[in-house]
Amino acid sequence: MKLSSLSVAVLGCLFLTGAVQAQESTGTLKKITQTNSITLGHRESSIPFSYYDDQQRVIGYSQEIALKIVDAIKRDLKLPDLAVKLNPVTSQNRIPLIQNGTVDLECGSTSNTVERQQQVAFSNSIFVVGTRLLTRKDSGISDFADLAGKTVVTTAGTTSERLIRKLNEEKKMNLRIVSAKDHGESFLMLETGRAVAFMMDDALLYGEMAKAKRPGDWTVVGTPQSFEAYGCVLRKDDPEFKKLVDSTIAELETSGEVLKMYDKWLRNPIPPKGLNLNFPPSPELIKLYGNPNDQAL
Amino acid sequence: MSYSWHWGVFLSPTPSGDATYLGWLLQGLEWTLLLSLGAWVIALLLGSLLGVLRTVPNRWLSGLAAAYVEAFRNVPLLVQLFSWYFVLPELLPRALGDAIKQSDPLTQQFVAALLCLGCFTAARVCEQVRSGLNSLPRGQKNAGLAMGLTLPQTYRYVLLPPAMRIILPPLTSEFLNVFKNSAVASTIGLIELSRQSQQLVDYTAQAYEAFIAVTLLYVLINVLVMLGMRAVEHRTRLPGHSGARDV
Repeated sequence: MKLSSLSVAVLGCLFLTGAVQAQESTGTLKKITQTNSITLGHRESSIPFSYYDDQQRVIGYSQEIALKIVDAIKRDLKLPDLAVKLNPVTSQNRIPLIQNGTVDLECGSTSNTVERQQQVAFSNSIFVVGTRLLTRKDSGISDFADLAGKTVVTTAGTTSERLIRKLNEEKKMNLRIVSAKDHGESFLMLETGRAVAFMMDDALLYGEMAKAKRPGDWTVVGTPQSFEAYGCVLRKDDPEFKKLVDSTIAELETSGEVLKMYDKWLRNPIPPKGLNLNFPPSPELIKLYGNPNDQAL
Repeated sequence: MSYSWHWGVFLSPTPSGDATYLGWLLQGLEWTLLLSLGAWVIALLLGSLLGVLRTVPNRWLSGLAAAYVEAFRNVPLLVQLFSWYFVLPELLPRALGDAIKQSDPLTQQFVAALLCLGCFTAARVCEQVRSGLNSLPRGQKNAGLAMGLTLPQTYRYVLLPPAMRIILPPLTSEFLNVFKNSAVASTIGLIELSRQSQQLVDYTAQAYEAFIAVTLLYVLINVLVMLGMRAVEHRTRLPGHSGARDV
């Protein structure tokens, strides 16, 4: 946890890689052809999007999309033996790792935001989530207004954190907001009674609920405070690669193949525990599937 | 590397509109200082007491202090923090535990982190105080007792003054460590300096500016601590003892 020395080391490395990168790098596809390999960034516990199963294999809805993109690269570049390297990323390092060339493509649960577009490019969106509340069934909370004067937990570094702070200030709700470091810890705060509700992307709330000791005790409530589009992340100013990624995703979405993937990951038992998230598709998601685009919501 | 630098980010307003991002960093700095200095006070007081206890001729007292050191030095800091924050309220009687959990979250986080860091560092200070006391010639203690001083008086007037001076340099590094270790508080949600930098990255996606700024702030803290401790060493040194200037 010695952050100061860690960041110095990280920065040192980044300057070095930056110098190396500057010489080559005219497009990710060229790099892939030259090295005959691609590095995918993935998450470790974003259920059901990108996570490890019990044999430490990376699986999930987003990971499956990433592999479809790899297939398209193999086909288009005629690289049947393309080596696929997997590199785990966190919400903190995913963008720098794309920028410095460690990771070529990250498909996980990254929301497409205007700020992030300054640093990296987003593919056509692959999922849409709404930010809602997870609470105990008998808590008496059915929407955001019921939270006034109570303690809410959210995960640090998420859009939910921003939204709830803003809501609190605008509506003078006198909320007490706790930010936990990851979704598992946020749920722990909720479960131990430190907070009455957990605000987060609804799909991830369903994921936490399915992991709970007694899933039947919990419920997801509240009008979504925002919708967010998840996209795959790639380097900026790389139109050739972006076109390939975008067209692969668009084809999955318009052909309806993505619906099979949706059913597999969100409405059927999934590894590692055979949980079924039972997550109904939102109208916003259906709209995206009908009209693939790379806009932030 | 395809990175767009934007140093002006620190002066741009935050989404809630009540401050700039620089203001956030300074708020984080405030919490880091408050937490670290508070923990350091606890560590110095508790650590000195335990260090003395480790050297007294009483097996129970020295055993107690030794057990404390083993427990707090051998368990990882992060585990200790989670124990203070998550486990302790569950072990207390239910009404008390619930009262703690319902209190202001910021107070809970701060108190848990303060106790955790203070107790952890106390174990390390204790070992330094002990080694300082043990480095003195044995005759000093006997001389003190022979002069008719009680044992506490011997410690107070004969043993501790030179021992504490001897251990000033290693205490400086412990003092520096408190500031660096205080970053663990971010894991239970206390928005101190390192957490603010991560928050800055989350909000603005300007990772390098944020981390460089925070690195510089930590360096600044550490330089100030080093200069301060060097001044203390300078002012307290005794002629004829280790570290003293030639007379």
